[in-house]
Amino acid sequence: MFEDVRDLYNAEIIARGRRPRHMTRLAAFDTTARGDNPMCGDRVQVWLKYAADGSIAETGFDARGCDISKASADLMVEAVQNRSPADTRAMFERFRAMAQSGQCPDCAAFAPLKPLAAVHAYPSRVKCATLPWHALMAALEGAKDATSE
Amino acid sequence: MNDTAQIFDITAIRAEFPILSQKVRDKDLVFLDSAASAQKPRAVIAAMVGAMETQYANIHRGLHWMSERTTEAYELTRDAAARLLNARDRSEIVFVRNSTEAINLVAHSYGRAILKPGQAVVISGMEHHSNIVPWQMLRDSHGIELRVADITDSGELDMAAYEALFADGRVGLVAITHMSNVLGTYTPAGRIAAIAHANGAKVLFDGSQAIVHRRIDVQAIDADFYCFTGHKLYGPTGIGVLWARRELLDAMPPFLGGGEMIASVSYERTTWAEVPHKFEAGTPAIIEGIGLHAAIEFIESVGYPAIAAHEAALTDHALAKLSAIEGITILGRAQDRGGVVSFTLDQAHPHDVATLLDRQGIAVRAGQHCAEPLMRRLGVDGTARASFGIYTTPAEIDALATTLERIREFFA
Ligand SMILES: Cc1ncc(COP(=O)(O)O)c(C=O)c1O
Repeated sequence: MFEDVRDLYNAEIIARGRRPRHMTRLAAFDTTARGDNPMCGDRVQVWLKYAADGSIAETGFDARGCDISKASADLMVEAVQNRSPADTRAMFERFRAMAQSGQCPDCAAFAPLKPLAAVHAYPSRVKCATLPWHALMAALEGAKDATSE
Repeated sequence: MNDTAQIFDITAIRAEFPILSQKVRDKDLVFLDSAASAQKPRAVIAAMVGAMETQYANIHRGLHWMSERTTEAYELTRDAAARLLNARDRSEIVFVRNSTEAINLVAHSYGRAILKPGQAVVISGMEHHSNIVPWQMLRDSHGIELRVADITDSGELDMAAYEALFADGRVGLVAITHMSNVLGTYTPAGRIAAIAHANGAKVLFDGSQAIVHRRIDVQAIDADFYCFTGHKLYGPTGIGVLWARRELLDAMPPFLGGGEMIASVSYERTTWAEVPHKFEAGTPAIIEGIGLHAAIEFIESVGYPAIAAHEAALTDHALAKLSAIEGITILGRAQDRGGVVSFTLDQAHPHDVATLLDRQGIAVRAGQHCAEPLMRRLGVDGTARASFGIYTTPAEIDALATTLERIREFFA
């Protein structure tokens, strides 16, 4: 019955939505921020720890929400590992563009995020996928809260 | 209004709603989101288009044929709304944009001019944000205390808790939903008003949902204010009604200032127009007002007894069907309820459920339903909500139930 949603609800997304691998609160962290989507009640908190060179050494999150937001947070943690804040911001911009348009000009650079590429075909769900990234961006800025688009 | 003996012919009713024959993603549309906004019958669409094509002009000010015709059509809506609510007089009908504006009007005008700092406003634990935020704003600007009457675990107003809030004699106003947009619960309006009045308080009912499913008689329930929003009652967006007792409207200052609401203006002094025009500043939603008249006539032509019976049967059917599915929790088990059923599925988040339903052409709402405090009270982050209208069929509810079973398997 649901063959046509397998583009978004693919095995990777369902597995990570059900059992995220990185859904942990970091015991020691440098910064944290929360992302809220007041319209739907989704909430993601992200914790970050920096390496000596300023790159992202460790990321953890806690999420209350749908499979798409949890899977996106989980994939995000892996995608930003060891990246500089500038790199991470650039990646977010590319991810956001992909989530909104489905176009992915240099996908190779963020293969880990490709399982979410089909979300653009579900306009009401794009904000679920980008919510953890908004929290991450807020954490990088040192802000406490972010709201999704 | 003639409520008697209309035959409820669901096929004929559905034929009045052009949108229902639409395909969504190549599937038959199953529209179970009427509580968010209802679909529009042909008569409403035709009335609006007809007015624009044949007689459109601004109202209450033109001296020409077009303006006179349009003024007359717009003002006929006031008569229809007065009839619909059983108001004592047409002047008690104030046109607003929607329920949100109606409640803000009361909070701003009655709240600031009549309520005194130190007095309290009572709301319930199952309000829409529209009936929470205006009172918080009044609290913060005017020193009014906001009190919340808790609900029971079955999703009904806790009448003992409600009554206890009056003990210190400081409650000036009760503002409460007449039917919850999340739980479907009808609140006992007559008893709520009686208790408020016995304690010297006035009462406003948010009838946004309540008026869709059964006949409202503001005199019988002894309300002081009652509001509804046109778009949920098969009418257009941008038009709603605030009804209030004439003596309250007379005592209240205007909400917005501008054209239409004045008797005379000089730089020194302006006097207000008569009620209800005092509260209707600026060019109103003329076409939408005319559309609302058609919606009211449509409701009257079907008749509330038939609507109420149809929707009560649908709601019972939905509760039975959904309760039978393993892993579904229905939120709210009120005895007296309208056509709204909120539920969660243990296997999947409401958003994921709604997306998968949508792929089968089934439209429901998922999320917090503009009722965050209620979500907290229920201990959930959100729910999926199926809501029914005059055009909903038992087969559509069966389609919902079958698809929910498949969704459980999908996420198993
Ligand atoms: C119970 C209730 N009150 C108020 C509203 C607000 O209606 P509107 O947005 O038309 O002002 C709604 C609808 O969303 C509602 O269900």
